[in-house]
Amino acid sequence: MMENAIAWILIFPLFGSVACAILGMGNKKICYPIAVLSMAGSLWAGIEALRQVIASEEHTISYIFGGWTLDQYPRGVGIEFYADILGILITLVVLGVGLIVAIYSKLPVQEETPGKEPLFYTLFLLQITGLAGICLTGDAFNLYVLIEVAALTGYGLIAMGSNRAAAATFNYVMLGTIGASLYLLGVGYIYIKTGTLNMIGIQQAIEANGLADSATMQVAFVLVGIGILIKMAFFPFHAWLPNAYCNAPTTTSCLLAPLVTKVMIYVMIRMVLSVFGVEFSFESTMWVDVMPWLVVVAILCAAVMALAQREIKRMLAYLIVAEVGYMVGGIWIYNYYGFIGSIFHIISDACMTLCLFLGAGLILRKAKTTKFDGLRGLFGKMPLTMTGFFIGGFSIIGLPPTCGFFSKWYLITGGMVSQRWEYMVVLMFSTMVMVVLFFRLIERIHLAVTESGENLGHGHGDLGLNAEQTRFDEGPLSMLIPLLVSATIVIVVGIYNQDVVSLIEIFLSDYNLPRGTGH
Amino acid sequence: MFEGGGIINELFIERLNYLIYVVLLLIGLHAMIAKNNLIKKLIGMSIFQTAIILFYVSVGVKEGATIPIYLPEHDPHGSHASHSDGNETEQSNHGPVVLDAELVKGYSNPLPHVLMLTAIVVGVATLGLALALCLRIYQGYGTIEEDEILAKIEKQEMRSNPSDVLKSADSSKQATSRSAKSVSKPKVSSPRSSKRSKASPKTKAKTTTTTTKAKTSGAKSVSPKRKVAASKSTTTGSKKSPAKPKTAASKSTTKAKPKPRAKPKAKPTARAKATSNAKKATASKPKPKTPKK
Repeated sequence: MMENAIAWILIFPLFGSVACAILGMGNKKICYPIAVLSMAGSLWAGIEALRQVIASEEHTISYIFGGWTLDQYPRGVGIEFYADILGILITLVVLGVGLIVAIYSKLPVQEETPGKEPLFYTLFLLQITGLAGICLTGDAFNLYVLIEVAALTGYGLIAMGSNRAAAATFNYVMLGTIGASLYLLGVGYIYIKTGTLNMIGIQQAIEANGLADSATMQVAFVLVGIGILIKMAFFPFHAWLPNAYCNAPTTTSCLLAPLVTKVMIYVMIRMVLSVFGVEFSFESTMWVDVMPWLVVVAILCAAVMALAQREIKRMLAYLIVAEVGYMVGGIWIYNYYGFIGSIFHIISDACMTLCLFLGAGLILRKAKTTKFDGLRGLFGKMPLTMTGFFIGGFSIIGLPPTCGFFSKWYLITGGMVSQRWEYMVVLMFSTMVMVVLFFRLIERIHLAVTESGENLGHGHGDLGLNAEQTRFDEGPLSMLIPLLVSATIVIVVGIYNQDVVSLIEIFLSDYNLPRGTGH
Repeated sequence: MFEGGGIINELFIERLNYLIYVVLLLIGLHAMIAKNNLIKKLIGMSIFQTAIILFYVSVGVKEGATIPIYLPEHDPHGSHASHSDGNETEQSNHGPVVLDAELVKGYSNPLPHVLMLTAIVVGVATLGLALALCLRIYQGYGTIEEDEILAKIEKQEMRSNPSDVLKSADSSKQATSRSAKSVSKPKVSSPRSSKRSKASPKTKAKTTTTTTKAKTSGAKSVSPKRKVAASKSTTTGSKKSPAKPKTAASKSTTKAKPKPRAKPKAKPTARAKATSNAKKATASKPKPKTPKK
């Protein structure tokens, strides 16, 4: 069983979802334990796989389904799952977030989608299967299928919300389908030129046949790249994200917001480094000249739009768009430190976005609103929730003990070393915007003065609320504990950042990236 | 290249498939982005996906090749095989056998076609899900025209603003300021929508009365409005796009009641009937009455 750890990562949620669908028909209560247990099993398999990957000689495990062993058949026969350190780290993030959200989901799912628990948990587990599969697969077409598995379940999960959510999901379906189809088209061009769909096989074919200058491969790169950019909600293509995440049920936004965009950034790193190769991606294409500027525009616009929001969830959605800009920028400044920052930021951003959305879910539950003006006095009412929420917020800003600080540190280092000053400046600018965002929130909570300048309190320290409104009233434990755990993770990942970075460095040592002032 | 109509030859005869795939792709993309009707968008999406399938199938085409099943003379397990090499071991009877490159030439490459089987399945799943979403949207908003849905959403948000926030004093101020900002959006609604709002004057008269009630009595009284919403959705459904939503409309009339969750969403549809009036309505916010046409 141990040697099949990679397969077990997927088997747990896949069969868990089937069990939810079948057993849930008889007893709706059984779905929640099934979901939590299969997530726990999957996480266990994931940790086991990480241990194996680190222990193995080349820090990779190749697992081919169906017994098509590499010594009997050429590479590309059979579907290969290929776990290197990057893949397994992101898989662990997916599984960890999945477990925490699964525990958190007990009450919100019952209340927001009553009677639909089996459907919800079936989609939930399939979503995890898709996302974890994306991180592990070593086959370009298989990746497309898994992207669609994750996307289709995501549509279903979001559309379980209000009618507004259904309308937003429709836009998401349109853009998501365009993105995935463009990716598929790009894979077709790759296949024409290289004759294989295996990622390592493609890389070898590009090197062996000198395809770097091939127009077909250039077209393939553009198609794949744009497809992924649409899927990750990079700025001009972000239109589907805010509405979809704001109107989705609480649990759905907690699950999708930290994972979907980050996993797509992982796909971009995978494509750039492992499939097309460093040489092709950065030397043969113009992207390295263009993308940093697009990133600058993306971060600026997303930050300004976040500033304009008066509602927590919507503000967080625009923050995600800005963070996507950070990570894409970390890739395209073409620098060793940029890549470290980018990969580390995938991990830390998933943690802190999770933290924020869990907090927002609790706030919505107790305060009945996530609009800024409804938040007065919440620190007195639910101190633990707000502490957890603001730990996530401080991590987004990048205050030192949290993981957001360290990932941003590497991103800025990368920008400095590769002399991409525009990227550095825009990172600083967006950091300041986030300071404004979160401290404005704190102000709204602590002051009686409203946005429009009206004073509702009477004198110093009076919030204009009666005793009933400020009484200690925390959320239920099944929701509070996941939030506090995720807040702890944000800090722990920050404190042990060196361990994470050393793992990433092992992964990056296989690739020839410039460490000094290159470009 | 140009001699003897070389480029014409290349484009229209040798690579006609690829030309068609690009044209189809663009038609589909255009429909997905520019069409206003959700069903038309879905048709565009299907064309878009089919174009990609055509591309892959074209890649796999091979002149004069046959399906990749062993021809009798190549079959290592068949009757011919036992003649050719009688000394083959027991083991080689199982599992795939590698043919010579010379023999392989007669077969076409199955992989692109197999990939497309998967892609077709994915496409069907996406289409089914999107159609289900259309149904949901139709039940919720009573229309599948994108501009009308946007206008209704806009109205809905404006209405829900004041009731959401605890203290009314500051929030109403904020709500009005926001509504002033968002007035620009309903402009999107085309002249078509105004035509449709004329469709059923009877229900419209009813809606105006019920909406005034809604304003005064807060958000609680629902039942009369819902009836209006249901009857309204049937009328519009039979009026326009008779192909699909007709069934949806009849369903919504029967089903709307037992579902408790549909309540608050069905409400605004009654009021948002006069979508073209959205602009005027927002401009005259404090007045609860929707201006007549």
